[in-house]
Amino acid sequence: MHSIEHLGPRKIIGIGDFFITETVLYFWIVMAIMITFAFVATRKLEQKPKGIQAVAEYIVEFVYNFTEGAMGKRNSNFSPYIGTLFIFLILGNSLGILGLRPITADVNATFALAGITFFLVHYNSIKAKGLAGYFGHLSAPYPFMLPINIVGELAFPISLSFRLFGNIAGGMIIMALIFTGLESFSESLHLSIPFFQFLIPLPANLFFDIFEPVLQAFVFTMLTMVFISLNNMTHGEHS
Amino acid sequence: MDPKALVIACSALAAGFTMIAAIGIGLGQGMAAAKAVEAVGRQPEAQTDIIKTMLIGQAVTETTGIFAFIIAIVLLFANPLVGLL
Repeated sequence: MHSIEHLGPRKIIGIGDFFITETVLYFWIVMAIMITFAFVATRKLEQKPKGIQAVAEYIVEFVYNFTEGAMGKRNSNFSPYIGTLFIFLILGNSLGILGLRPITADVNATFALAGITFFLVHYNSIKAKGLAGYFGHLSAPYPFMLPINIVGELAFPISLSFRLFGNIAGGMIIMALIFTGLESFSESLHLSIPFFQFLIPLPANLFFDIFEPVLQAFVFTMLTMVFISLNNMTHGEHS
Repeated sequence: MDPKALVIACSALAAGFTMIAAIGIGLGQGMAAAKAVEAVGRQPEAQTDIIKTMLIGQAVTETTGIFAFIIAIVLLFANPLVGLL
């Protein structure tokens, strides 16, 4: 990372058009960490939680409160997905603090996540309203608005994925610029150790690798929840 | 003059001009934050809800700027116009 010459994800291994990029590798690592944590935390469950089990219960409780606060009690069965998405996004966005490339600075990853949200929204919309009600909702308020509404629905995952990608990739580019600038400072003074890269980028790191990832994870999950709960209301609940 | 140089120079300028869109977002997000501050001043007990709503509104406001930013980075790092020469 930290070079402006090579901003795209590097290929790790593979032949021709089939290869594993940095994004995929880090995706798997984050997945493995989350699965291992979930597995370890749920061994030897006790009535009075302590240690790792207490942490896991705190996370689960937080996620359920978060989801019910945004979607209402009747949608609390979405909590596992929302919680996974939230934790994954926090971990994936803030990989920059380890000097790695953030997962979500790749438009393929964010588009995949937005695609999951898109299908979830429409599946639950059809499930709640029935096919006729779904198309009735799409052609509201007048039938000739149907194409416009379809374009609007298709624009939603695109804007959702580009919002996350743009924020994280922008932060990554700014961090790369800062590091490149400080490096050239150090080199122009002929320092044997890269003195300027130490401590000076910390405030920027704090913003782009800790604050922004949490904020963007919150925004992504919040918008997902808002769209799911807006679309799976039946007409009676609207009023 | 090399035509490639002209295309690259104009792309760099265009990338800069594209980010003028940031003015609009700055104003919009600032207005949202100002109204949120007013609302918290009137109703301090609703602070969490107001901040949540403000963040969502600002995230949606940001969309135009993010699109402008993506056009800018495409012009700078993955320029399609150079390939046309």
